Amino acid sequence: MSETAPAIELKGISKSFGPVQANKDISIRVMPGTIHGIIGENGAGKSTLMSILYGFYKADAGEIFINGKKTEIPDSQSAIAAGIGMVFQHFKLVKVFTVLENVVLGAEDGEMLTPSLVKARDELTNLAQEYGLNVDPDALIEEIGVGMQQRVEILKALYRQADILILDEPTGVLTPAEADQLFRILARLKEEGKTIILITHKLREIMEITDTVSVMRRGEMTATVKTADTNPAELAELMVGRKVLLRVDKTPAKPRETVVEVRGLNVTDSAGVHRVKDVSFEIRGGEILGIAGVAGNGQSELLEVLGGYEKATGEILINGQAIDLTGAHSDGQSRRKRGIAHVPEDRQNEGLIMDFQAWENMAFGYHHDPNYQKNPLLMDNRKIRDETQAKMERFDVRPPNPDLMAKSFSGGNQQKIVLAREIERNPDLLLVGQPTRGVDIGAIEFIHQRIIELRDEGKAILLVSVELDEILGLSDRIAVMFDGRIMGERLPEETDEKELGLLMAGITDTKTDHSVAEVEAQLANAGGAPRKEV
Amino acid sequence: MDFLQFILTLDSTLRLSTVLLLACLAGLFSERSGIVDIGLEGKMLISAFVAAAIAYETGSVWMGLAAGMLASLIFAMIHGVASIIYRGDQIISGVALNFLASGLTVVVGDALYRQGGQTPTLAGSARFSEITLPFADALRDVPILGPIYSELISGHKPLVYVAFLAVPLVWWVLFRTRFGLRLRAVGENPSSVDTAGVSVVGMRFKALLITGLLCGIAGAYLSTSQAAGFGKEMTAGRGYIALAALIFAKWRPLHAMGACLLFGLLEAVSNLYPNIDVFGLFTIPVQFTQTLPYILTVIILGGFIGRAMPPNAIGQPYVKER
Repeated sequence: MSETAPAIELKGISKSFGPVQANKDISIRVMPGTIHGIIGENGAGKSTLMSILYGFYKADAGEIFINGKKTEIPDSQSAIAAGIGMVFQHFKLVKVFTVLENVVLGAEDGEMLTPSLVKARDELTNLAQEYGLNVDPDALIEEIGVGMQQRVEILKALYRQADILILDEPTGVLTPAEADQLFRILARLKEEGKTIILITHKLREIMEITDTVSVMRRGEMTATVKTADTNPAELAELMVGRKVLLRVDKTPAKPRETVVEVRGLNVTDSAGVHRVKDVSFEIRGGEILGIAGVAGNGQSELLEVLGGYEKATGEILINGQAIDLTGAHSDGQSRRKRGIAHVPEDRQNEGLIMDFQAWENMAFGYHHDPNYQKNPLLMDNRKIRDETQAKMERFDVRPPNPDLMAKSFSGGNQQKIVLAREIERNPDLLLVGQPTRGVDIGAIEFIHQRIIELRDEGKAILLVSVELDEILGLSDRIAVMFDGRIMGERLPEETDEKELGLLMAGITDTKTDHSVAEVEAQLANAGGAPRKEV
Repeated sequence: MDFLQFILTLDSTLRLSTVLLLACLAGLFSERSGIVDIGLEGKMLISAFVAAAIAYETGSVWMGLAAGMLASLIFAMIHGVASIIYRGDQIISGVALNFLASGLTVVVGDALYRQGGQTPTLAGSARFSEITLPFADALRDVPILGPIYSELISGHKPLVYVAFLAVPLVWWVLFRTRFGLRLRAVGENPSSVDTAGVSVVGMRFKALLITGLLCGIAGAYLSTSQAAGFGKEMTAGRGYIALAALIFAKWRPLHAMGACLLFGLLEAVSNLYPNIDVFGLFTIPVQFTQTLPYILTVIILGGFIGRAMPPNAIGQPYVKER
């Protein structure tokens, strides 16, 4: 290996943001023509490191070598010139532009647009043939699916002659079928001699596609190993710094009476789009119903109706009694009185007020609780604070300080605060949306355990998640939503990611093989207008 | 209403639309780049004053025009520094500039000329004169086409032609050049421009530069072409009307021309036909026709006419993020 220079070599990179050291003396060698994974928890410093490589940040110390040559990368322009292309987690595309215009933007050949567009159109055809990256150059970005948008990002990098491609959490927004397609493209790019850096927190992806993997923890590079020589358990331990249970540990469910029954539910949102179409299901006590689906297929609206902030038609029975879906008692307050607790999908906007302290957040939604009132005029703040302190300790919120603002906790600890507030109310039905989005592995384990514990106490749980691992691991039954409908229900032990993936794309005939193109066409047709971004 | 009267109404419409159109196109550049420009009014006002004062002092309307454009440009750059570099609130910065222009023009004007904020009346070469297009007189008597050419198309001040010729030019810049592509992108998703290696700050300043220059022409037109000198608050809300026209036009240049002509027509009607007699039944008072442009502005800004989709990133300062 010593003869060929590494495609990228970083030596002693350090970067601080005020008192926080995001990268500490990081050195890494990425060999050309390989796929190199970088894995680590949120806040481990992966993105900072890549931002330094792409010229977004300037390192405090350290050197960058590209193909053996020392290179300064003060801005994105220099990174592009050095042959580095980056596919960001949140795509950097102009939604009202065509694919072609997005590819050309910033890489035009002259003052006039037309020659650049003509040239780029030819080039796209070549790239499509060479790497199997088929995209309609005249399609508007807002009209194509997420998988396709990601391909546009890759095309943008290739059009700028990138030899080194950095992908930041590329599968976060993809269905399993789309992720497989992406991995095929990456394998093809590797064959053609491109070097790929894959940043992810998903162990399965690392094992599946990378040649080498580097693990980061708290700003430091803790290990670099050949993927073939390691295993997920070892990587997880390197990431977290202790042994982690990767599988959800649970006993079979012991369902009791029906707690919630939903019949013929329909939701039309304020923009007039029919979001939930004739949905019916029931959940019994001691049971978790998992709802899988690509984001924006009606799951969010379902949670919102049950949680009391979206109107609907149809019928919902809680413990045999109908709840009000449109009138004066269709609000969150009334829902809580009926024993429904809600951990919303968008924790930072709907679950917490980020600029309020933890104890204030702990009272929200339950601020009418007579226990919290000192007298008819004043609330008993001291009592809420003390109670919050105890709950934070029981839910292992770090640090367990009720006076800190919600925004000063990490994602995982914010989620624990919301969970503590809702679970400790001992609800009959717990609604949980994306319980572990943006949450570290260590905290995921804890959150999953608490949800299972609540189930074992005989409560009903409705889980909505875009993470199939989570759905498969936690649920006792799985319903898949597509375009507002439930496409089918499966038992976790009798299904797999592939079958669920097809159902998520609206294909109910899961026995025969389906091409990726077919799945994509289905997904592009799903839903009406795009929903607000979460 | 006979045909000639109809032509004269349209002729007046063109003249009155010009200032709106220039301001509207100015706003288009700023807003397409993602910067809200509520300060069109102030930029026009300061330019109108400076143009009139310099034209009076030098006796050259062209000097006046250049000075007006420079004054407006300085205001645009102040807005740029506040909202692009310091990421201040764009509305507040714009409103502050409007107040500044409103106060400054009167104070300086009164100090210089002692006429209650007015500049002395401009005459001769200190004012723009009409351009008579070739054959305008010869063709005058040709039926239909004659009056259209010689009354409607010929015989305007140069800046009228500048404004209307600017429309296809702006369209071309916006949709056929590299600058236009980047400009539209920076207003929709600045991070896409940034990651493509193009400076967001640079693009936005370039946009404001054009905004400043066009607003300068608009203001100079007002005091040296439409009127003969500067009068206190002479923009009379035209900056806001231009902004309404921009929204009505959904930030597109050709539509902007249509919207400005509509506003110009309303103003022309109220000037030419103060009291409209409706079949001898009752008379629509002049006060009503004069308020029409403002009523239309309220209706448009209230969102009653269709749904306008502004550039996606408008009003948001750009902060680099991972």
